[in-house]
Amino acid sequence: MAKKKMEIDALDGDKKPLRYWVLNEKIHNAADDGAKHIVVKNVLGQRFIADCMEHKDLKIDIHGTPGNDLGVFLSGPTIEVFGSCEDQTGNTMNAGTIIVHGNAWDVTGLAARNGKIFVKGNGGYRIGIHMKEYQDQRPIVVYGGCVKEFFGEYMAGGILVALGMKIGNNKVEEVPSKEVVRGSLGSGIHGGAIYVRGEVPEHYLGVAANIQPFTDDDLKLLTPILKEFCKYFKMPIENIWEREITKIAPSSSRPYGAYYNPRTV
Amino acid sequence: MPEKMEGIRIEIPSRYKVNIDREKCKICKRCTINCTFDTLSFNGERIVADHDNCVACQRCSAKCPQEAITIIDNQMAFPFHAAYDERIRRIGWEQASTGGVMLASCGNDLPYPSIFDDLVLDAAQVTNPAIDPLREPIETKCFLGAKPAKLEFTETGDEITLKTNLPPNIELSTPIMVGQMSLGSISYNAQIALFKAALEVGTLVGTGEGGLHPDFYKYGKIINSEVASGRFGVDANYLKKVAALEIKIGQGAKPGHGGHLPGEKTSKLISETRMIPKGTDALSPYPHHDIYSIEDLQQLIFALKEATRYRVPVGVKIAAVHNSAAIASGMVRAGADFITLDGFRGGTGATPRIIRDHAGIPIELAIATVDQRLREEGIRHKTTLCAGGSIRYSADLVKALALGADVAMICTPVLIAMGCRVCQQCHRGTCAWGIATQNPAYSQRLNIEVGARRIANLFHAWTEELREICGAMGIDSVESFIGNRDRLRYVGPNPKIADIMDVKHAGEAWG
Amino acid sequence: MDLDEIRDPKSRLSHSEFGRLGRIGSMGEVNGKWGKIGVTLPPNGFTKDIEACGIAGLINTNGKTENGKRVIDMITTMTDRENGLGAGYACYGLFPDLADSFCIQLLLDDEEAKENVEEFFKRKANIVKDEEVFKKPVRGMKGPYPLIWRFFLDVPEEVISASPHIESEDDYIVDCVMNINEKINGAFCMSSGKNMAVFKGNGWSHEIAEFYDLAERYNGYMWLAHSRFPTNTPGWWGGAHPFNILDWSLCHNGEITSYGTNKRYVEMWGYKCTLLTDSEVVTYLWDLLCRRHGLPKLIATMALAPRYFDDIALLPEDQKKIATELRMTYGRAMVNGPFSILVGTNRPNPSMIALTDRKKLRPMIAAISEDENTVYASSEECAIRRVGDAKEVWAPVTGNPVIAQLYRGLVWRGTEKQFEGKKIKLEV
Repeated sequence: MAKKKMEIDALDGDKKPLRYWVLNEKIHNAADDGAKHIVVKNVLGQRFIADCMEHKDLKIDIHGTPGNDLGVFLSGPTIEVFGSCEDQTGNTMNAGTIIVHGNAWDVTGLAARNGKIFVKGNGGYRIGIHMKEYQDQRPIVVYGGCVKEFFGEYMAGGILVALGMKIGNNKVEEVPSKEVVRGSLGSGIHGGAIYVRGEVPEHYLGVAANIQPFTDDDLKLLTPILKEFCKYFKMPIENIWEREITKIAPSSSRPYGAYYNPRTV
Repeated sequence: MPEKMEGIRIEIPSRYKVNIDREKCKICKRCTINCTFDTLSFNGERIVADHDNCVACQRCSAKCPQEAITIIDNQMAFPFHAAYDERIRRIGWEQASTGGVMLASCGNDLPYPSIFDDLVLDAAQVTNPAIDPLREPIETKCFLGAKPAKLEFTETGDEITLKTNLPPNIELSTPIMVGQMSLGSISYNAQIALFKAALEVGTLVGTGEGGLHPDFYKYGKIINSEVASGRFGVDANYLKKVAALEIKIGQGAKPGHGGHLPGEKTSKLISETRMIPKGTDALSPYPHHDIYSIEDLQQLIFALKEATRYRVPVGVKIAAVHNSAAIASGMVRAGADFITLDGFRGGTGATPRIIRDHAGIPIELAIATVDQRLREEGIRHKTTLCAGGSIRYSADLVKALALGADVAMICTPVLIAMGCRVCQQCHRGTCAWGIATQNPAYSQRLNIEVGARRIANLFHAWTEELREICGAMGIDSVESFIGNRDRLRYVGPNPKIADIMDVKHAGEAWG
Repeated sequence: MDLDEIRDPKSRLSHSEFGRLGRIGSMGEVNGKWGKIGVTLPPNGFTKDIEACGIAGLINTNGKTENGKRVIDMITTMTDRENGLGAGYACYGLFPDLADSFCIQLLLDDEEAKENVEEFFKRKANIVKDEEVFKKPVRGMKGPYPLIWRFFLDVPEEVISASPHIESEDDYIVDCVMNINEKINGAFCMSSGKNMAVFKGNGWSHEIAEFYDLAERYNGYMWLAHSRFPTNTPGWWGGAHPFNILDWSLCHNGEITSYGTNKRYVEMWGYKCTLLTDSEVVTYLWDLLCRRHGLPKLIATMALAPRYFDDIALLPEDQKKIATELRMTYGRAMVNGPFSILVGTNRPNPSMIALTDRKKLRPMIAAISEDENTVYASSEECAIRRVGDAKEVWAPVTGNPVIAQLYRGLVWRGTEKQFEGKKIKLEV
């Protein structure tokens, strides 16, 4: 299929940001017209970009600052953001890839079932909350920088990574271990795994979250993911191995097994 | 979590007793196969009962060819205490034995008075004629979705031009729809029976928060997909192949609570539908973690509208709580094309008993106050008001409509139509009637065709009874009945309730 | 009386409070015994009006005016339909010299009420002229009689631009009427349109005609008349028909079973249903649908008395879409139960509309004169035969209106198919 590139300006004739439904309709229409590469310029707060789009071989480049729910219900396309994202990036995502050359704030990857999110910078609260996996579907969220509290809350599957680095153009700086993640880490986790580069203090761990040995299997699992991350942000993977990685996983797949009494009274 | 300890369990007398008439019993053992609660077994000589396990589901009794089994209340004489009645003592004994949170299902079983039962209906006498529903048309059709405030026309000579575009609406043949019951809470056969019945009747069925099994995509045009906090099964098919979408914020049986499908229930089928590994717990967070405020609700509503490119109505369901009216107003302003209020008697597949029995408010008051608030704010047309979680039979339906609901949402009544005995063990997953179970051996006890026919029959009977009531009031279309509180009168003990509902007391005339 | 207090929403009593507290203002005694004052308002303990009635009307579509004699003949012929507890007339085209001013015609309990109204109008509008409405005592007609006054008003443009919630001078007048009826003791607006007025009261139709001297005093191109047979309540002056808001006058026969639904619907649009009559709510519906929503009159009748869905299903697609969407949008405006109504309006085109419910539970006969210049509508054919010159008499189809319009004649007979002769366009 011929590669068809289309460009969309997210500003209107008066240089005001288009309302999201106008912009999104343009993106939908371009994709339906067979575009394989859509470049959206001057994005400023428009929400729901690529909402539930299913075009498998579509690439969307976003220049600017997309609004909340970027790639919500995403089911195929690859989105590359040259800027930062707001909240709920990749919300309930099912397939596709989101690459962010900046920060992506709260609740990234909420309830995602599949697909990959790579963020060069930092994140906010409740990243990767309630991600789940099923059969060959496994969501992956990697942050190059740091994240805040409740990282991986309710987590039922998938892989969450926080690397704790400041990735510049030509150099990479380290962030102190304690600042990579914060408290209530993996609270209620009952599936999947969280990988944090550096030491994780015990008191950061949430309910049912356990520090477990980082094994060769983990290394095997992570290496291709981190290679992909390094490819997008043009950085040598060796930098990552300079610090040990801590693995956090559920203490049990049924942390609440005896919580309820099912008898009728 | 509580430690197990020898002798920790307090010996509690069983609630029910299984009486087996030894003269009639031919020891065919059918009852032992039918019992799914480990109550009945054959000891090599005769049928014996472990009364403690009996839940009075009546399966054995119904299936005994000799009619030899009777389940009776095991009326024990407890030392009298009016405050510490038997139920409260049993809860204490259970909790001391296990330390567990008491789990329950179905709906609130406490004897709260029903306000519906305190409302009586008007009828036409002399000044207007009653209408005979058997011989004259009485219409029950309604539309689920937002309506414009007005239609804009232009008229030039003989040319009339309509200039208004209506938002998406779903046509329902009768103002009753089936609420949200997931595959998980109910069986595959039960869900398919619902879909078949709804297709025949012309109404909607909710998926519950359980995803939609690929076998059911073909019923899309009568399906109302639920998007709840766990987002189970929410993918492009789930959003795009159905008639309507409903965001679940709350549920009448468990306001402010999430969901918890225990791993035992996550069978292969459930795993395929919810898209989670077999045997794992399916936890639904208490809130949506992308909704911490009203503007976030608007965001999810429009995420769904954008996902479907504005082709289907998007609704929001909340439990009826103290501040429902203000919340509902916010929901409508946030773009909810329909809102569902779930009353404090609403059902569930599993919830902590303390929430089921004590949280939320009666649906009658929620309907009245929400309808009034939306009218006061001039936004009533922007939403279809659905109400459920207490609507037990057609009398409740008509009173709910007269109070201001556009559509009644029902769940437990359709389970009863499929043969549910209301034993309230749905959370155990071993429903002997094949309704609330994921065990294929039990599930197949429910005949899909028969189940569908019974549900359709129930809808037919309710709709005809609604027509009877409309006809008796001289109303020939249900639109003229909705919010027509002047046709209701209150006969209950508390006039404050009548005031809140803007319903007059019986004995007061029109006006 | 402090009129600012009148405007204070906190001082308002809600509708439901009326039932228990009684109506604001001085009341007559209970049980239908009239006190010295209180004739303009419902009696204590009054509940929703239930009534049967006679209705009659005529319009000269050439614009030729006539006095009230013929319409009085029509309504009084049907005397078996009334019981002497209320009657009224609406006349259109009677103030040609003041046709551009709103004529507010009021029933007033006493001088004080009149002064309060006058003070209110002085603040709210320009009073072009005001005068007492002619009345004469009628032997046998129960007193006391109210003071009856009319004000001709112009609405200054600046008061509209100063009120962000008011879109037009019509809205402004509606607001004034609602305020007077709700808050000024002993005052009730009988009519508030331009170049039209309503004359009504508590008595037989022949008494009311004589009381206002309608046979001689006024000339109009359209006359509507109504006689009442209230089922259970004493008559009261304000409760007689026609009921009016702006140019909309409505004579109504029947009982609306959808009252509670319709009432709540119009209240959502800012109307206040204080009189507890079906006619009040139906009048507001006409004003809302035709004036504020701009529905063509024929389309409005399809909202008020819609066809059954089974019939709609048989229409061509475009028509089906309009008929269905009207029902979806205006379900709460649908008027249910037995009714026949006669509606008069002056703007944009003076018209008379006759409409029955869709089950045809109340009577309505239409006719056109030999010269085809006059269209009649009436509960009974005898009323039309009484005035003589009918060329053709017919019964309109259930829920299908008769529409006669000044200078256009009979534009809709009420026997056509739903959109017969209309070109339907969808600009969506």
